[in-house]
Amino acid sequence: MDFKTFYNEVVTDHNMHPLHKHPIEDPDIEMEGVNPSCGDEITVQLKVKDGIISDASFIGDGCAISQASADIMIDMIMGKNVTEARHLAENFIKMIKGEATPDEIDELGEAGALSDISHMPARVKCAVLGWHTIDEIIKGMDK
Amino acid sequence: MTDTQIREKVKEYRKQFPLLTQDLAYLDNAATTQKPLGVLDAVRDYYEKDNANPFRGVYDLSERATEAYENARAGVAAFINAGAPENIIFVRNASEALNLLAYSWCEDNISEGDEIVVSVMEHHSDFLPWKYMADKKKARLVKLEPDETGYISDEALDKCLSEKTKIVALTQVSNVLGRVNDIKHITGKVHSCGALISVDGAQSVPHMKVDVRDLDCDFLSFSGHKMFGPMGIGVLYGKSEHLEKMKPFMYGGEMIQTVHWDRVTYAEVPHKFEAGTVNVGGAVGLAAAIGFINEVGWDIIEAQEEILTKRAIDGIKAMNKIRIIGSRDAFDHKGIVTFCVEDVHPHDVADILGRAGVCVRAGHHCAQPLMDFLGVKSTCRASFAFYNTEEEVDRFLEELSKVRGLLGYGF
Repeated sequence: MDFKTFYNEVVTDHNMHPLHKHPIEDPDIEMEGVNPSCGDEITVQLKVKDGIISDASFIGDGCAISQASADIMIDMIMGKNVTEARHLAENFIKMIKGEATPDEIDELGEAGALSDISHMPARVKCAVLGWHTIDEIIKGMDK
Repeated sequence: MTDTQIREKVKEYRKQFPLLTQDLAYLDNAATTQKPLGVLDAVRDYYEKDNANPFRGVYDLSERATEAYENARAGVAAFINAGAPENIIFVRNASEALNLLAYSWCEDNISEGDEIVVSVMEHHSDFLPWKYMADKKKARLVKLEPDETGYISDEALDKCLSEKTKIVALTQVSNVLGRVNDIKHITGKVHSCGALISVDGAQSVPHMKVDVRDLDCDFLSFSGHKMFGPMGIGVLYGKSEHLEKMKPFMYGGEMIQTVHWDRVTYAEVPHKFEAGTVNVGGAVGLAAAIGFINEVGWDIIEAQEEILTKRAIDGIKAMNKIRIIGSRDAFDHKGIVTFCVEDVHPHDVADILGRAGVCVRAGHHCAQPLMDFLGVKSTCRASFAFYNTEEEVDRFLEELSKVRGLLGYGF
């Protein structure tokens, strides 16, 4: 695979200048996600009001893929209701598994820039770290 | 021998490794090494000509399988100067050797309040079994800390040893720092306080002469696949006085003398530790790998690995924003060069190098306590075998120099 499609501008930009990498005040929910292959940990923080994600962020260090992916994710779920956010997370995970339809990838907007990672088994865990964490958070809210 | 002569010899031996004809710079030898034809042929030959279940049949073929297995054991014993083949227990890998040892030895020798000393630079396989047994036995796990270059001082060791110390678990070569610990000296100190020492030889046995009787260590563990042998075969060496007293680790076929409903006696050492059908093909392959190492000779292996290590470390030192982990002196790195690129995560570094055909490892290297101690999350590691070339090191350095730029950072 061509290098440029993988570490593309979307990824390097979000990695170098993340918009949402900071703690938020009094988060309603926070959850840690761990990538066992490298030991990276990120924590996703959310404020949820009436089922709407009113504020969100992530903290922690990781590779360019995991950082960019988490930053894009926060961008996308902000202001969405939790059902929509979960739907996006499921789409993203499907995309990384190589199972998403073109329409589903379209729905993912900027996150679609990470689609090539489906061909890179070693990096899959990096890409899904944030998305998997948000999926777990929302699953937990159902209970 | 001059560097030119070494280069020529390496070039010849390298031809015996079919995988190395691919357009790759394989620099992940601390994880596993490639296999020479002699090893591949030996395994194939065994399965083609001598394969049967050893020890069980009385027919000639089974006896040949038994002989192949026991010859391999004798070969390993001679290689590390173990004294007798009975001191060699075949296992799957160093992890299994260390689990066998920790479970079996601690069972009867560790009680509440005892102390087990483990260095902070151990691979998880030489940390977790001891931690598990210490917790189980309500014993204390004592952390032995080197300085940040990996050097273990007498003071650091003395602080950990006491009359409560029962065993010390220490690697001979750190899989991250590459530092060679002075096992002979440390063993003397450990013994004089009445404790035993278990040496993790996974990164030393493939790269230097290890003589267990000269070191006087009580146990030594290593894996075959890191020394040109097949995966799935490893070794636990132990002094007879300890092995005789230890209980079996796994129970089952071939590790018994007699079994009745109410009365069981176990086989002699080493068979009491080798339950079930053993890995004869693996043992034969390991013996062939040892034959290969003996043929090449430690002088060439060590000289070439030194040349490569020095070239890599000098090259990295000449670059900006790349930090070598451990000693700044190439002489302190036994073929292992671990580093961090400023601002760039090690997984990205390894991925970018990988795309350019340079295979290095990234992550915590199964040594997370050491990462904590060094204050890093993870690192990259290039590790050499004697079959690597200076051209491969240069290719690695060339690609490494591009990494920051490719991720949008300045140099």
